[in-house]
Amino acid sequence: MACSASACQSNCYKTQQEEEEDVKDNNNTNSFAANSSSSNNNNSNSGLCLKCKANQPISSNSDGGDDARFCIDCFRGNLFGKFRFAVTSNAMIAPTDNVLVAFSGGPSSRVALQFVHEMHSKAQKNFDACRDRSLPVFGVGVAFVDESSVYSVPSNETDKVFGDVRLIVENLAPPSKELYIVPIESVYSSDSGEGRERLKKLLDAVGDATGREDLLLHLRMLALQKVASQNGYNRLLLGSCVSRIACHVISATVKGQGYSLPADVQYVDARWEIPVVLPLRDCLAKELTMLCRLDGLKTVELIRSPCTGINGLVSSFVTLLQEENPSRECTIMRTAGKLIPFHFNKIEEIDDSNVLLATRRRQKRYNLKPNESFSSESFCFICNSPLSRSDLLSLKNLESHKTSSVCCSSCQFQILPQDPSSVNELYTLLPEQLFARAKHDNLDHYSALREQVQDFLLSEGEDET
Amino acid sequence: MEESADGKAKKAGARLCCLCHQKKAALKRPKTLEQICRECFYEVFEEEIHQVIVENQLFKPGERIALGASGGKDSTVLAYVLSELNKRHNYGLDLFLLSVDEGITGYRDDSLETVKRNEIQYGLPLKIVSYKDLYGWTMDEIVKMIGLKNNCTFCGVFRRQALDRGAALLKVDKLATGHNADDIAETVLLNILRGDIARLSRCTSIVTGEDGPIPRCKPFKYTYEKEIICTYAYFKRLDYFSTECIYSPNAYRGFAREFIKDLERIRPRAILDIIKSGENFRISTSTKMPEQGTCERCGYISSQKWCKACVLLEGLNRGLPKLGIGRTRGLNNDDKKDTKKTNGTKSIESKQCGTLDF
Repeated sequence: MACSASACQSNCYKTQQEEEEDVKDNNNTNSFAANSSSSNNNNSNSGLCLKCKANQPISSNSDGGDDARFCIDCFRGNLFGKFRFAVTSNAMIAPTDNVLVAFSGGPSSRVALQFVHEMHSKAQKNFDACRDRSLPVFGVGVAFVDESSVYSVPSNETDKVFGDVRLIVENLAPPSKELYIVPIESVYSSDSGEGRERLKKLLDAVGDATGREDLLLHLRMLALQKVASQNGYNRLLLGSCVSRIACHVISATVKGQGYSLPADVQYVDARWEIPVVLPLRDCLAKELTMLCRLDGLKTVELIRSPCTGINGLVSSFVTLLQEENPSRECTIMRTAGKLIPFHFNKIEEIDDSNVLLATRRRQKRYNLKPNESFSSESFCFICNSPLSRSDLLSLKNLESHKTSSVCCSSCQFQILPQDPSSVNELYTLLPEQLFARAKHDNLDHYSALREQVQDFLLSEGEDET
Repeated sequence: MEESADGKAKKAGARLCCLCHQKKAALKRPKTLEQICRECFYEVFEEEIHQVIVENQLFKPGERIALGASGGKDSTVLAYVLSELNKRHNYGLDLFLLSVDEGITGYRDDSLETVKRNEIQYGLPLKIVSYKDLYGWTMDEIVKMIGLKNNCTFCGVFRRQALDRGAALLKVDKLATGHNADDIAETVLLNILRGDIARLSRCTSIVTGEDGPIPRCKPFKYTYEKEIICTYAYFKRLDYFSTECIYSPNAYRGFAREFIKDLERIRPRAILDIIKSGENFRISTSTKMPEQGTCERCGYISSQKWCKACVLLEGLNRGLPKLGIGRTRGLNNDDKKDTKKTNGTKSIESKQCGTLDF
């Protein structure tokens, strides 16, 4: 039971540790740091990295927290290990894939970019070294969504930001990566000036501050999907980390989106036209920020108005909880991880013989097996979340406006206006792509249903069997 | 967007009730922010609870129902509303007040006085069960021994059993508690924060424990705490005891409570949205039900060899305050030398420390 091995770094609960009631309650977490901190008291090599016991730790005092008791290499290695494990066990990147990395300028997506680059350059080196050139190198692009029109940022500042982003991407070569600077108004098919106007009108028409912020997030995803699809990418990679996901868990709960929550917190989210992958899902924001600092990874700070409303409140709440207990973010995410994911939360089984057998085997092993094998979900046309039965039952008659655009109750409350006449007006301000997507999804759904009952349908003029 | 009654009958200066359009509005309803007069508020408040009772089929005619009565605002209003609705809508119920004395000086002894007054005011028979009688320990004694970190765990576990025993003594069919929407929303959040997926799947149920000794229901599941205190008890001036448990400042629930209060200020409906999320969480049904047996020591319902109360008690009696707290491999995996069944009311002999191997 109580493990007495002094160097034990497993997760067993040690009774002698129970007596040490300090403010930091190091429960079992996924964090590498917490595992080793349980053996802190028994470790006599206080001046060296806890893992390799060879190099200098990042900091010898407890300033940097548990992570600081490792050397830079072990710390980086641990983070990269989590990244690589996520990528391989979920078959996120196959050699024939083209991956678009969404870069926001912040530390999480900066690390995502860096780690993808490391995989990318290694794949290139292997390709160059390999005589028969059997395995192609996956393609990598970088997308930066420019939201300056929303926040009225002066153009000299945006130019500086673009310059910094370009420099970062240029230095991540070879192999080179294409950079796309995507203005948020590109979700409209009209020209940029008209798009900016419509976007401004749209955001002004949403009265709820939280609704406005969330709508902007949905449009951001729409813009990323558009640029990925138009430029031949088949994977969209986000740098979402534990901390961000933990905040999303709480805010989704608070907005009544408990049903759709599991869709957003998995490694893979394939309900989109271009599947979205989250390889940094097991890393804490604190770790990623520290890595950027230690390795001198340049980040770009954007001028944004602070999150008000519910999102800001949740963010401060989670920060407070994390200060009280450094494993709280992990626990929150672990809870959400125990919810049943959806059928689209995995990459479809790869039958392509180009893909390594090992990759295919690994994918089968770790693939989540949700309960339903049949896609029976309808999606909100604004936020693309799967609709719960209660949402579907309580749908107001929005069908009068557009036949295929059903909406979740959260979007109905915080984004759509209350009176029906204003709803019509808002619909004209939304990008057409949203309606096209909804129609496409529902047609898919309808034809999938039809397939199921195909054998039983009798068409006019057919003989009965 | 928050609903406001601005578009409705609002005249310059005087605001009329948005329901009857006749009387002057006396308050903004916390749940919906509607401007409403007192009488209409009482009406919708009570009618909504009646609808919850009917739609969820909480009671059957002829049933004996115990109401958990702490003397606080929720249980006082519960007693008042249920006896009202019982008469008004002919539920045909026999109502009783059931109170638990945890032995907290300066808190429980005062609130029990309130319950005794409620017994007279509402004409409902009262039964009090005490920790001292059931377990041989008061909460004051327990806190003295274990400190202020896990005391809520002890109290909660003991209270659950105490209520069941009291309900059995009263021979009631169901137990109704005053848990309101805020409580349930807090519990949903707490279970998320703690990773307790099993509890998360059960905590939004309006009826629980149907396969246990006494089913319990929460008629106030969708009732806002603010509507209960500030408006109902405040306006009707119902007699209730309004201090927080003296041991509660350290409770972890405080975090969730603060957050929900801030949330309510921005978006009142968020409380119901949290409950809705809790109801809609996709949780595998296989994780829901632990295998049900009985405690070897006291015969109470338990999924382990010993029920949690017995485990905790054993810890208290042996001077091991951490027994049953956290994830230690504890008593239940060991061969017991002392497996005498007691009915829990006699005092328990303490064992020598260190005679059991963990």
